[in-house]
This record gives sequence, structure tokens and C-alpha cells, in this order.
Amino acid sequence: MSDAVVTLADGAGGKASRKLVEGLFLEELRNPLLEPLGDAAIVGRNGTRLALTTDSYVVRPLRFPGGDIGELAVNGTVNDLAVSGAQPLALTAGFVIEEGFPLAELRGIARSMAGAALAAGVAVAAGDTKVVERGAADGLYVTTAGVGLLDLRAVLGFDRVRAGDRVLVSGGVAEHGIAVMLARGDLGLAVDVESDTAPLNGLTAALCALGTELRWMRDPTRGGLATTLNELATGAGLSVVLEEAAIPVREDVRGACELLGIDPLYVANEGKLVAVVSPEAADDALALLRGHPLGAGAALVGELREDSRPFVLARTPFGTRIVDMLVGDPLPRIC
Amino acid sequence: MRFVDEYRDGRAAHALAAELRSLVEPGRRVKLMEVCGGHTHAIYRHGLDALLPDEVELVHGPGCPVCVIPMGRVDDAISLAERPEVAFASFGDMLRVPGGRRRSLLEAKARGADVRTVYSPLDALAIAEREPEREVVFFGVGFETTAPATALTLLRARERDVRNFSVFSNHVLIGPALRAILDSPEVDIDGFVGPGHVSTVIGTRPYEFVCREYGRPVVVAGFEPNDILQAVAMLLRQLRAGRAEVENEYGRVVRAEGNPDALAALGEVFDVREDFEWRGLGAIPRSGLRLAEAFADWDAERRFPVPGARIEDPKACRCGDVLRGRAKPFECGVFGTACTPERPLGTCMVSSEGACAAYYAYGRHRRVEVPA
Repeated sequence: MSDAVVTLADGAGGKASRKLVEGLFLEELRNPLLEPLGDAAIVGRNGTRLALTTDSYVVRPLRFPGGDIGELAVNGTVNDLAVSGAQPLALTAGFVIEEGFPLAELRGIARSMAGAALAAGVAVAAGDTKVVERGAADGLYVTTAGVGLLDLRAVLGFDRVRAGDRVLVSGGVAEHGIAVMLARGDLGLAVDVESDTAPLNGLTAALCALGTELRWMRDPTRGGLATTLNELATGAGLSVVLEEAAIPVREDVRGACELLGIDPLYVANEGKLVAVVSPEAADDALALLRGHPLGAGAALVGELREDSRPFVLARTPFGTRIVDMLVGDPLPRIC
Repeated sequence: MRFVDEYRDGRAAHALAAELRSLVEPGRRVKLMEVCGGHTHAIYRHGLDALLPDEVELVHGPGCPVCVIPMGRVDDAISLAERPEVAFASFGDMLRVPGGRRRSLLEAKARGADVRTVYSPLDALAIAEREPEREVVFFGVGFETTAPATALTLLRARERDVRNFSVFSNHVLIGPALRAILDSPEVDIDGFVGPGHVSTVIGTRPYEFVCREYGRPVVVAGFEPNDILQAVAMLLRQLRAGRAEVENEYGRVVRAEGNPDALAALGEVFDVREDFEWRGLGAIPRSGLRLAEAFADWDAERRFPVPGARIEDPKACRCGDVLRGRAKPFECGVFGTACTPERPLGTCMVSSEGACAAYYAYGRHRRVEVPA
């Protein structure tokens, strides 16, 4: 359709987003670095291997329990590098600011970026600012980019994932999405849920000690754990079989999801890690995660299985269901 | 989580499943309709169908409010939303529903219409009070479940004299829809799992005609897995004993007389339409609600020109058969091909409570077996 336009569904991180990326951007920009469509591109020169990534942040509200857009923008890019198996070296930050934006608020956001960068052990080394007319942006948009040095102990990729491998999650899911949604105040729900925004490079560095037993990592942001695991199933050509009861969800988050009729598996995280490891290394991986403050709630949630067609399946106490990719978006503008 | 986990206990579910097996007669098939889309969704979300004996077939009914809105009404909604003075407020579910030429409110929004997602009609009224220069139109959709909230909002709008607020009412009634299904030829449904949420409002008495006139049992059920299994057991017991009565499995929420306050609000604000067009089911007499004369000033259909065109359901789409329990979603020729949740042709594919969307999302067209 030549008169088609972009709709909000195209930005939701589900099937429509993938279609936009693959059908338009990849088609026009195709090159071997972009083609894998991973969280970060891997660039090599003279034996050095670098990971490169970028991400934009349009979250509303700009501040929410547990964080703000600045912290989110630093952690998000740090995490894209971390789950690619890289330690972040430096970040850049671009700001699109709406005319009339309070300077004090801007300073607060810059300050929380600095705090997040310090926590992740990375510097915001370059930046850019643009101011647009009132109405041309919703307060503030932030874009960060980052470069990281690959940890050569681990070799990660869909092609490294085998049937029988185990899937781990570093802690309770759905906290960020629910925190932001409740912070908008539209729902009148009083639940004390904070965003889980956090840098994952400490956790991923710990897991890299497993060497080649560590197969694949991802941070399940937009579209939640379900979407990330669907990408895993498709990428690895294997089914993911989850034990639904093993997936950690905080009790109050689960309650909020029940009230809202939302499946927590589809709600975004900003400080959680999904890792696939060999069956032999599963216990070690769990111990490594739980030994880190950000992984105290880590759990073994499922395994990979050979299948005629790759699916994500969840075993419930009653039977099984298929966990498909997200269509549309229950919670827009959460990152 | 209290009030949830008790009804999701796996051990209790397996005990109920064993009881269900003892209640069926081998080889005698029983077809039960779960009227409400919430039940359809729960059945597939929990993989509950695996616990039913082979003899019991669950078919899906018309109780998904998104699914029963015909394309003409969606076009009317889009035409209202495209008026420059209008801010059109809708539940998120309705935004992706295709009208004629497959255009949706979401697309209208992308092209510049002022469409706002709200979680309650009161949110729409709040927008009207906050933005007095806009004409806020609320897309009233749903059965007796959501209609009282619309009614209370209209009562409040009148009380506060909010004049830039109106409702485009598409509220519908469950009783006439059940009658239409029972009156349709070749109906072979043995009993009904009655809707839970609707019954909190209307109570259990309005289903008595199903037993009296059509000889079918009805069990009103809650939405947790063990509620549904329990309701199926109650229906099987009635069928075995040759009874056809209205029973209430959802006694913790539903009373026989319903919610008198909600019913009074409905009576004050709405009139029953002569007939209302349903997606896939055609026009059903006295099945829809319009705003009463006293609320004419808040009635979008009276305040704005609405095209009101009747648009035939797409020929390829078998929503009507799905809503009547005559076809499984995967028996429809366009299911999963021309009609997917990203680009739905039929409404049953849009809402997560739609039978087609539930089948698609939870993969029941793919019939996957998982070894224990």
C-alpha cells in the first residue's frame, strides 16, 4: 500500500515493529554489520572486537518510581552492549528538547545520567543538543549510543544455542512497564512498584566466566520476556519450553497485571537479563547470577527443545499454551 | 494472591478433571458454549482444554463486545473521530478494529484524527472538563458489564452540566443475543457456561428463558480455571439428570437479582433500540441500547451527522459462524492468512477475548503436543 502511514503499533516492539525494521530499514540500509539485527553490531579491526549500539528514549512521564529518562537512556544502551557480551567503553547522548522545558528538570535528568554512568563504570563522552518549537516534541527525547569491548571468553549467538540448553532469568519480570503505567496515574491503582532500570554489565561479566557454556543473552525490554524468547526460538530454530510457575513475578506486580488484564510476560523490563547456558553449566550460572545483588531473584525458567516448528510454550498447572509474539501494545511509550 | 490462587490450584483442577471424566457417557458428545470472551481467553491462556474429556467440546459464543460491532458502526466511529472539533475517546481494544476498506481508528489517528485511549468513560468526561474547547465523544462499547459505567458517566455529565461531552452508544444486551443463537437453524448446543461479569449486573434470572423455552441448562461461571472446570461439571450433572436450570458457580460475586443500582442507572440513561446490527449475526430485535430522550443532548448520534451505512461482513470472514459456535476459528478460510491479529479482517481476531485471537495467540490452530 503506497499511501500507508506509520501507526503506533509499528513502534511497539512486537510483530509490526519487526516488519518496519526488516521491510523498510534493513531493505534500504542492508549491510553485513546490520543484517543480524542484534542488540549491538559487532565491528572488528586488527584483532579488536567492538560492539556498537544506539537507542532512543521517549518515555512518558519523564520521571517514574525507580528512575527517569536519563537513567533509562544510560542503562538501556549499557545493557544492549552488555548482553552482546561487551563491556561498555563510552556512551554518547543526544537531546531533543522542547522549547519551554524547565532547566532545573533538565539538570536533574543530566545528573541522574551521570549517576547511572558511574554505576555502570562508563563515561558519557560526547553529546548533542537540539531545541525544537513548543509542540514539536513531548518535553524531551534522549538518544544514546555506546561502544563496548567484546569479552573474548564468551562466544554468543543464536547459532550457539543447542537443544537441551537452559533458560535463566535474572529476577522478577514486568516491573518497569507496570511502574511507568501506574506512574501516569490514569488507572488510580495504588501499588508501590518501582522500575527495575539497572545496568546489567556486572551480571553479564559474571556469566562470561562460563566461557563457551554461555550461549546467548538478551535484556527483555519492549514486548517483555515473551517477545525476547520468541526471537530466541526463531533465531535458534528451537522451541523454548517454559515452566510458567518458575518465572519470577513480584506478588504486587502480578496483582497489578491481573487487575489490568495484562500478561506479565509481555510487559517491559529495563534491568533484567535472559541467558541461555548449557545444561551442565545451569547450576553454576544460577549461582553466579544469585551471587550478584541484581540477580538475587534469578531463576531457571525453561529449556530449549528440538521441534518441527519453533514455538515458545508455557506449561501451566493445567496444560500448555503457546506464548506468541506481542501484537499491538498494551502500554505505549514506556522507554 | 488471594482470591486468585485458590481458583488456579493445579491439584484441585486435576481432581475436577477426573470428575468430568466420570460425568460423560463414552461416545456421547456434549457441546457447551462459553458465552463470554473472558472465558475463551482464560481457557486458552491456561491450556484448560487439555483437561476436558474428549466427549466435551467447548464452542465460543458472542460475548466479546469488540467482536460483535459491525463494520458500519466502526466507520461511523471513524467519521466522528475525523471531525476537526472532536476528540474521540475509546477503549484501546477498539482502535484496531477494521471498518470498511479495512481502515481502523488507529489509522485514522495516524492520519491526524484526535483519538484518545481511555480506560474508563469517566476518563473521557475528565478530558471534556479539562479541554472545554474540544467536543469529546466517548465510544460506548460493551454488554451490560460496561454499560453501567457509561450510564454513571452520563449521569455525572448532566449533574455537572458538561456540554462538550457525548456518547456514541454501541452497548448491547446479552439476552437477545443468546435468543438469536438459539433461534438460528442447526443449533446443536447442549448447554451454556454463562457470562460472569455481565451477570454481576443483570443477575441470573434473565437466563431463565434459555431453560424454560429452549430446555438448555445455564451455569454462570467465574473466570479462573477451576471456576470454568466446575461450571462444566455442573452442566454435565444437569444434562445427566435431564435438568435444565440456571445455576450459579460464581456465587462469590454474582447474585440472582444482580446489581440493582447498576440496573437503575441503565434504566434511567438508556432506551432499548428497536433492533441493532451485530457483526456476523445480523440485526437482532431489542438487543442494543441508545441514549434515552432525557440524555439527547449527550447523544453523539443526535448531535453529529453519522453516516450509518450498513456494510456487509466480508464474504471470506466466518465471524458469524464462529460467534454462533458453528465453526472453529481455524475452519475459517482466512484464519491466520488474510486475517491475523496485526491485520485483522474479522473482529474476532482483534480483541484478546475474541475466539480467533485466542486461538491464534495461544496456538490452538497448530495443535502442539508437549510431552509431560
